Amino acid sequence: MADMSDLVLDVKNLRTVFFTNSGLFKAVDDVSFTVRRGETLAIVGESGCGKSVTALSLLRLVPDPPGRIVGGSVTLEGTDLLTLDDAEMRAIRGNRISMIFQEPMTSLNPVMRIGHQIVEAVRLHRNMSAKEAHDLAIEMLRLVRIPEPARRAREYPHQLSGGMRQRAMIAMALACRPALLIADEPTTALDVTIQAQILALILDLQKELGTGLVLITHDLGVVAQTAQRVIVMYAGKKVEEASVEALFAAPKHPYTRGLMASIPAVPASDVAPQARLNEIPGTVPSLVRLPAGCAFAPRCKLAIKRCQEEYPPLADWGGGHLAACWRAAEVAEVA
Amino acid sequence: MTEALLEVTDLKKHYPVRAGVLRRQVGTVHAVDGVSFALGIGETLGLVGESGCGKSTVARSVLRLVEPTSGQIRLRGEDITHLSKTELRPHRRSMQIVFQDPFASLNPRMTAGDIVGEPIAVHGLASGKALEARVAKLFEQVGLRPDQMRNFPHQFSGGQRQRICIARALALEPRLIVCDEPVSALDVSIQAQVINLLIDLQRQHGFSYLFIAHDLAVVAHISHRVAVMYLGRIVEIADKDELFRNPRHPYTQALLASVPIANPHAKKIAPLVDGDVPSPVNPPSGCAFHTRCRFAMERCKTERPALVDAGVGHQVACLLNEGTGRSQ
Repeated sequence: MADMSDLVLDVKNLRTVFFTNSGLFKAVDDVSFTVRRGETLAIVGESGCGKSVTALSLLRLVPDPPGRIVGGSVTLEGTDLLTLDDAEMRAIRGNRISMIFQEPMTSLNPVMRIGHQIVEAVRLHRNMSAKEAHDLAIEMLRLVRIPEPARRAREYPHQLSGGMRQRAMIAMALACRPALLIADEPTTALDVTIQAQILALILDLQKELGTGLVLITHDLGVVAQTAQRVIVMYAGKKVEEASVEALFAAPKHPYTRGLMASIPAVPASDVAPQARLNEIPGTVPSLVRLPAGCAFAPRCKLAIKRCQEEYPPLADWGGGHLAACWRAAEVAEVA
Repeated sequence: MTEALLEVTDLKKHYPVRAGVLRRQVGTVHAVDGVSFALGIGETLGLVGESGCGKSTVARSVLRLVEPTSGQIRLRGEDITHLSKTELRPHRRSMQIVFQDPFASLNPRMTAGDIVGEPIAVHGLASGKALEARVAKLFEQVGLRPDQMRNFPHQFSGGQRQRICIARALALEPRLIVCDEPVSALDVSIQAQVINLLIDLQRQHGFSYLFIAHDLAVVAHISHRVAVMYLGRIVEIADKDELFRNPRHPYTQALLASVPIANPHAKKIAPLVDGDVPSPVNPPSGCAFHTRCRFAMERCKTERPALVDAGVGHQVACLLNEGTGRSQ
């Protein structure tokens, strides 16, 4: 393990639940991870796996009711965020920890000029004059490579393209130089050429500013190209964690392996035309009626009786490669 | 190529932009601006491009769901561009569409069985027990259980709903199925199931797909040939393998380079183009891509390159590719 002073975020046994009419949802169930300075941690999974609720829990933005963080700790730069009162939390949110969302149009205020929105965020946390904050806003817009930042600062969100809006969101999120940036599917709504621009921008800025980054995505391509470490989530639980190289070289969990096999490759020149993809049968389970054992067992080719009865512990397979599967040792041989 | 099922020639769809109290026309959206292609029997043609490139408008024009401004659409040799609604009706049976969002394209107050059976009933092909038997068979073909016919759309998952949409499209035994982003709304593991189903069905029935998607990997996987669109025009069209191995248009090259590869040792993302797609209201003169192109020359600003054959059925619209030269 690296120097502890490098540790920006330390999440231990986080548990977030939702109380609904149809029962109790364990959206995040005993999830732990760390992020170091300048490191990118990717959280991957399909819809409903709990990756976005994990992100919202870090910021304590889970709507309560119906949701509630019921256990664990979220330690940011030595402070457990879950013990803070609302005012203390507000002082940290947007200051030491920021977030960018998938859809920039719904997270920007449509009736406020871009520059003013950044100024507002900055002056909330920094003792700055309006003039200084405005200069900083324009500087941030320049940093995210928006052409003519002074002119763009006077525009409204609808006057910007999708890519430009996401750049403005990034400028706002990084304006206070947070220790940790959480990006929830930041490029999913964007076209592929714009996605490449935004991902390159986020990685450049992260390197420049030394920000820790939690990147939430469903796209394994994005993971491979951006992250140093990866967490795979399924039905609210962390089922695998590894360095990006180890995960792609030898996934230990059958779900991870299934996900990797089910994505078509580009270019497909070495694949016979219209070869069948490897599919994972069935669908993601409902979080209300989770099986007693491993939640993936009903869809798993390797499932044995034990998988249905007992949840497998997260075991270390060497070099911090964790996987929660009774049959992880056999995964490589079988699939 | 095999015999053509669908031929589209110089298709254009322009939308007026109106403003002011008098709703005077102040501009024109060039959604589709001169698109030509042919689709063979049993063939899948992939249509890729970024949002606003006109790929969905092409799809809808082919089905006459939007009226093209000009151009010609021929289905099995017959010109259907100007047929009236009644004249078009027999042709509707041979062309169907599967939409992106299986949540929005199914009537929530109809049972899945009624949804799939409706086209059969509308065309008067079966009723009563015979209809029910046909629908049950369609359910089995798309991997649903016949007892699920009584369920309503909200009782199905996203992937299952897309299967219902596919069953509805299959109901009239079409020759052409237009798929407009059919897997974009689905999770990765479910995407693979639906793509496999589409491939299997094509092998059994021999119909053709016009497959529209923004995801290059998905298009590469399912298509025999691929056309790349940019601002209302096809900039490159070729056999799938040829296009991905040997992309000639700078835009296709940029698109391919932008796709993040699921391998940490592959080369890192390198954005080959800057800026955004220009507005189709006032598309750039000459080659519409010249504002973002790394190789743009003075000529590109004024001359509009035609789609020319660069060998082995590989057509590309780029001045760099005149003669045998290719962009690197």
